[in-house]
Amino acid sequence: MSFESKQKASDYWRENLKLMLSLLVVWFVVSFGCGILFVEELNQIRMGGFKLGFWFAQQGAIYMFLALIFVYVYKMNQLDKKYGVYEDDEPAEQTSTAAAPEARQSQAQQLQGGH
Amino acid sequence: MDVQSLTFLIVGATFVLYIGIALWARAGSTNDFYVAGGGVHPVANGMATAADWMSAASFISMAGLISFMGYDGAVYLLGWTGGYVLLALCLAPYLRKFGKFTVPDFIGDRYYSQAARTVAVICAIFVCFTYVAGQMRGVGVVFSRFLEVDIATGVVIGMGVVFFYAVLGGMKGITYTQVAQYCVLIFAYMVPAIFISIMMTGHVLPQTGFGGMLSDGTYLLDKLDGLSAELGFAEYTSGTKSTIDVFFITAALMVGTAGLPHVIVRFFTVPKVRDARKSAGWALLFIALLYTTAPAIASFARVNMIDTINGPDGNGTAHAEAPSWISNWEETGLIKWEDKNGDGNMFYSGDERNEMSVDRDIMVLANPEIANLPAWVIALVAAGGVAAALSTSAGLLLVISTSISHDLLKRNLMPNISEKKELLYARGAAAVAICIAGYLGINPPGFVAQVVAFAFGLAASSFFPAIIMGIFSKRMNKEGAIAGMVSGILFTAAYICYFKFINPAANTPDNWWFGISPEGIGTLGMIINFAVAIAVAKVTREAPKDVQEMVESIRFPQGAGQASAH
Repeated sequence: MSFESKQKASDYWRENLKLMLSLLVVWFVVSFGCGILFVEELNQIRMGGFKLGFWFAQQGAIYMFLALIFVYVYKMNQLDKKYGVYEDDEPAEQTSTAAAPEARQSQAQQLQGGH
Repeated sequence: MDVQSLTFLIVGATFVLYIGIALWARAGSTNDFYVAGGGVHPVANGMATAADWMSAASFISMAGLISFMGYDGAVYLLGWTGGYVLLALCLAPYLRKFGKFTVPDFIGDRYYSQAARTVAVICAIFVCFTYVAGQMRGVGVVFSRFLEVDIATGVVIGMGVVFFYAVLGGMKGITYTQVAQYCVLIFAYMVPAIFISIMMTGHVLPQTGFGGMLSDGTYLLDKLDGLSAELGFAEYTSGTKSTIDVFFITAALMVGTAGLPHVIVRFFTVPKVRDARKSAGWALLFIALLYTTAPAIASFARVNMIDTINGPDGNGTAHAEAPSWISNWEETGLIKWEDKNGDGNMFYSGDERNEMSVDRDIMVLANPEIANLPAWVIALVAAGGVAAALSTSAGLLLVISTSISHDLLKRNLMPNISEKKELLYARGAAAVAICIAGYLGINPPGFVAQVVAFAFGLAASSFFPAIIMGIFSKRMNKEGAIAGMVSGILFTAAYICYFKFINPAANTPDNWWFGISPEGIGTLGMIINFAVAIAVAKVTREAPKDVQEMVESIRFPQGAGQASAH
């Protein structure tokens, strides 16, 4: 176990689930909501040459999907760092730079802990 | 140089490129063969995933399909992109941390059961063969239209190229050829789209030209709605399917995408868990480039086609004065004209006045000719179509060969074979799979088009719930998972078989359950899978301690290491 305690592990998982579920709510709203269930209502609104509902169904939702994934990547990297489970970069590179022996040691411990 | 020699030149050059990459990226170990050594950069993996995912159908048929379906085309646009959100958030990082080679590996280990593994292997092989037959056919069709060789010869040439890099390089060879194939196909797709967008709306980006104004001052989509009303088609921006059907089809395609083994396996090839997340984002970016362009092409092509056929005054263009692309495609039988009222004019409409039949595939293939683009663009589109078909076939063939050599032989029937032997079996299985796929491409069973619904329905109703519960429920046990998978598959397969094969005449909205078409039934199958699995798991013993610990360990990224067999 790489977490400091069992408590930390379940906190990490809870925060992860919260982030995932809130992003999935947005995912559902932009695609199934705006693009399908409420498409007629949104089509009353115009955005340039597009009816809004139609735009969501054939363009907008796809842009939102993209944004959602990159937000998730960013937030999860932060979460991993906060709980000390962020994956280090190539171990080979780190060991070759003699600058930080403590860092190397702690990395070795983490690696052991991970298995 | 004429179109045909240019096409030979460009398609030939891309083949040389693919073979060169294959020679450079030979696989030396099972690790190379199954997961490209696990060292693929996330951006490169994103491109490879995009090429893997976008098939001949996406490249050639989708824009045409949307062009005839209007708003309803959203089921494909949303369904085939939204699945990546599920992949990135719910599947890819955890499966990468799990760190094995295949989807049946996960199912078999997580549910501590050879029976579960075998069910997963059978589903994976069935899904992949269904798909790959269509791809080989696509290669043959592109060859026959652009190079005037017959379909069988086209399929054999395509088989030869795939054979070379899939058997030699395995996943390693496939990954880097897919990167090249993505570049070819996206360039070939965007060039004509941008030219046409500039010509019709003055916008460089097709995505904004889609909502732009035509030279006569009306918005493109308004013009299209107007034309549709005049000619007796359904309004372009409204569509004809019921809301519940659109909802269920979209969901089935999304969930099916997230459950397709050849897509999932791509996320085993990156070095880290965070690379798997990032890679899903890049994959969707590369896919979205084509998927946001396709609906624009669909509407441009439709306005163009109606204007050309019905003429500026809306009374029909004299057939004798039609532009050359009409007669070119008439020769292939993809455009047909029957002068019903005998006035010598062509007329296209949605009612009894109609005199034309237009195949949806020409919307992309004839685009360069409709827009009067130079011959090299036409050649490029041919190369793009071949790239799309080859890249998807290779990814699918690899899943088939891995399922046989790794899941069936190494993990099940003959666990003591050496790595060298396993690699040999993997290459052999790939070779046999290519031959079967080629045979199916030359002699396509009549049901290829129908069984595509099968592939998504099965993936949605079997793999997706089993993997999701395997990650998010520690308690879920083998009894629950197997009962869920079996009931999900049986229900979905029975519904599709009934309406597609046993009683096709009854395949109308009145007879469908809750108005859900066979294309969308996988969503209901998925719900049944979840419900059955949870109910059965409630009354049976929960998963053993060591399995629960394994589930805990895949929930955080650190210590992922390389994908491995042990």
